[in-house]
Amino acid sequence: CDSFIHSEAVEASESPDSNWARLPQELLLHIFQYLPLLDRAYASQVCRGWNQAFHMPELWRCFEFELNQPASSYLKATHPDLIKQIIKRHSNHLQYVSFKVDSSTESAEAACDILSQLVNCSLKTLGLISTARPSFMEVPKSHFISALTVVFVNSKSLSSLKIDDTPVDDPSLKVLVANNSDTLKLLKMSSCPHVSPAGILCVADQCHGLRELALNYHLLSDELLLALSSEKHVHLEHLRIDVVSENPGQHFHTIKKSSWDAMVRHSPKFNLVMYFFLYEDEFGPFFNDEIPVTHLYFGRSVSKEVLGRVGLHCPRLVELVVCANGLRPLDEELIRIAKHCTQLSAIGLGECEVSCSAFVEFVKMCGRRLSQLSIMEEVLIPDHKYSLDEIHWEVSKHLGRVWFPDMMPTW
Amino acid sequence: MAPNSIHWFRKGLRLHDNPALREAVRGAGTVRCVYFLDPWFAGSSNVGVNRWRFLLQCLEDLDANLRKLNSRLFVIRGQPANVFPRLFKEWKISRLTFEYDSEPFGKERDAAIKKLAMEAGVEVIVKISHTLYDLDKIIELNGGQPPLTYKRFQTLISRLDPPELPVETLSDALMGRCVTPVSEDHGDKYGVPSLEELGFDTEGLPSAVWPGGETEALTRIERHLERKAWVANFERPRMNANSLLASPTGLSPYLRFGCLSCRLFYFKLTDLYRKVKKNSSPPLSLYGQLLWREFFYTAATNNPRFDKMEGNPICVRIPWDKNPEALAKWAEAKTGFPWIDAIMTQLRQEGWIHHLARHAVACFLTRGDLWISWEEGMKVFEELLLDADWSVNAGSWMWLSCSSFFQQFFHCYCPVGFGRRTDPNGDFIRRYLPILRGFPAKFIYDPWNAPESVQAAAKCIIGVHYPKPMVHHAEASRLNIERMKQIYQQLSRYRGLGLLASVPSTNGNGNGGMMAYSPGEQQPGTNSNSHSTATHTEFTTATRTVTAVDTQQLCGVFALPVLHCQLVSYGLLVCFDGCCVAGVAGLMWSPGLL
Repeated sequence: CDSFIHSEAVEASESPDSNWARLPQELLLHIFQYLPLLDRAYASQVCRGWNQAFHMPELWRCFEFELNQPASSYLKATHPDLIKQIIKRHSNHLQYVSFKVDSSTESAEAACDILSQLVNCSLKTLGLISTARPSFMEVPKSHFISALTVVFVNSKSLSSLKIDDTPVDDPSLKVLVANNSDTLKLLKMSSCPHVSPAGILCVADQCHGLRELALNYHLLSDELLLALSSEKHVHLEHLRIDVVSENPGQHFHTIKKSSWDAMVRHSPKFNLVMYFFLYEDEFGPFFNDEIPVTHLYFGRSVSKEVLGRVGLHCPRLVELVVCANGLRPLDEELIRIAKHCTQLSAIGLGECEVSCSAFVEFVKMCGRRLSQLSIMEEVLIPDHKYSLDEIHWEVSKHLGRVWFPDMMPTW
Repeated sequence: MAPNSIHWFRKGLRLHDNPALREAVRGAGTVRCVYFLDPWFAGSSNVGVNRWRFLLQCLEDLDANLRKLNSRLFVIRGQPANVFPRLFKEWKISRLTFEYDSEPFGKERDAAIKKLAMEAGVEVIVKISHTLYDLDKIIELNGGQPPLTYKRFQTLISRLDPPELPVETLSDALMGRCVTPVSEDHGDKYGVPSLEELGFDTEGLPSAVWPGGETEALTRIERHLERKAWVANFERPRMNANSLLASPTGLSPYLRFGCLSCRLFYFKLTDLYRKVKKNSSPPLSLYGQLLWREFFYTAATNNPRFDKMEGNPICVRIPWDKNPEALAKWAEAKTGFPWIDAIMTQLRQEGWIHHLARHAVACFLTRGDLWISWEEGMKVFEELLLDADWSVNAGSWMWLSCSSFFQQFFHCYCPVGFGRRTDPNGDFIRRYLPILRGFPAKFIYDPWNAPESVQAAAKCIIGVHYPKPMVHHAEASRLNIERMKQIYQQLSRYRGLGLLASVPSTNGNGNGGMMAYSPGEQQPGTNSNSHSTATHTEFTTATRTVTAVDTQQLCGVFALPVLHCQLVSYGLLVCFDGCCVAGVAGLMWSPGLL
């Protein structure tokens, strides 16, 4: 194909009266797909043929609307004229659409306006992405819901939906389900405060093709897990749960071990990703029983004791990332994790402490399965066996590749 | 005819280890040491009173030390480009010397002055002494690119010859027959101005915690080394509450202004280590502070957009929020988080904060909580921080905001927890935020959680006497880590679930830059598919690869200098990472262009 382009180009350069205008449409399409939109737009001004190619449906399947205001963002926005054009001429070609909005309410409202006009659209993918503060939450709820419902009702074949940090609610999820239950495969709705556990349960009950789900812990229930593990349901691939503390001393419900067991039985390969943003003393309900978590992130300080429980109860753990811990060495906890978490291949430690000897022991036990080892330099405490300069040789030896800790500027 | 010399002080405000100054006096008839003060900068510039005071103290000190050699400092109001021609004539100058400035703006300015000097028949001598090494050599050793990881940087310098030894301090002997003609009215014409003359109101200004000048610097370095020897421990010191306070052995502002020679510091550290450890090869970590500085100078020297996100080839484009009110709260220590506010207060009052404190406030402003651009934080530090010069400040901010240098972004400094772990008693807070003195240690880091009775007893009601916290940290960090992950996954094209794997790793030579990821501009409204299909491999069969390092060609889409390009037969110019295709109409490549 490249040589074809080459020869066409050579031919064209030989006859100045350009054959460029007479390039076949398929070829133009192929070339145009490589061009960023701006250049494509310039190209479309060249002649009628190229203008026609510019408007071919294939070039308008995917679009990302970038809605930014100069007062709240450094980035440029999609030109309003272009948006008008798309709605006018291409809305029925759109299949994979995302909206990136900045922190201004105006941008989120503009996104909703566009959504409301996508009446002829049969979208497969819709993503509502706040690039800074979640501005969709500032839009009047009814405005947002009605815009979103337009898409739910018209698309009827939504496969992938990202609506994190939006005011979506239970009734609108019902509409989603009523129209798209056969096709929905991916649903990301972290931090949607107006949804209740019953609302998401409805989705799990009806959308048997759901493979990827992201939500906050307060929406997680035993019923939800059982619904996702029912016979009618496909194998779940990926469940992402954010556990966020609203107020200190918040009480979190527990999930029964039997519910997790049912999930694992039904979808033995599924990944459970959990991000914790809790105060140290809020971990009571967690890690007391076996839990099939594969990717674990502690975004705030987590105690030694909890990390000890992680070592005991997370046999499927693949990645462990710890932002911070009280400053007592995590030697025993790490060794325990190396012993019991036999799938562990990635670990990241921020503001923690580990003695060099224990760390070397940990790496020795994990061996070459550790493909990601991100340890801040300050974490490692030199002891009688190893100094800081020696440790990275030891660790590199056991990993089978050159390794050194992460550093921070100390000027 | 013995030449008349001018030595031009910019940084390098010292008489010890100043090779350029040495050249000024060598065999010269007269020498005049000048410093230019652009009057505008004082009032409207982004430089606070502490920085000005430090500078003026450095100049006073220089003047005092030059007096001991029967010379003086000439402080000249105005811009070098405007004033030099007159001085060359008036003083019949035939030699100009100055210390090499590696920063892009400095290089440009110096090139213009060199040209002026040549036209006036003035010999120009430039010497490297602000950095340990010749930075261009480091870059050359790395294949023409500055290393973008600190580890790579360390590897490169371990291959270089050690830094040059410091040269002798200027003395009567070195001056020889060289004199400085000083007029009666020198003080009026060329004296060091006072803060008041520059337009500052100094009433009630507390005395400087960091006094400027070479004399102070040399005293401090002796103290610094004494303390190290006494501790006999060259390991990185453990952080404790005391580390947060200004130390009488701290050296960073003096290194920045050049009151202290980095080479002198380097060799004194080496000598001390060898003496105490009876071991002849000190580890690189001994020079940590100096090497970080060197690293950032190297990274910046060929990048005029080093202090920007847009158009900076090594900076990731992150959709930061524009929020002047939030920025002001951070800058003015009104965030409602005592740890952050205490640090920013110390910064404004004294001009220095511990490097971990810098991490804490930088993280809070950018990727941790407020999601505001690192460029804004950099500007605030430029104003307030004594040791922040262009390269190191910009580089550090990019590093701390995870905008460059392949940093993992998972470790977030909690504005409550981090402080509490560093200084459990909260003395640092009480010192800089006296309004919170009444709070017990339990609540001093999160006073909004204190029961009303405790607040009343402390005579400080949150929301009235001290602001409520401006963000909900758990929610903000949840949002932000998700943002960072999305951005990095887009860049590294990683489709997995791991947090750590989202950050692209460098290839072997620490040269990720353009090649490991493409931090260029995403065209608004682009077909999000078009980028993933257009990889440079699609073009290789129809092209020949040429390296265009020396050209001024700009990629037609990103307007970034094209470091590697591929000529496509029908005249398109493609960035090496293949993320764009730009029509460069009518461009015909010929070997002569390269």
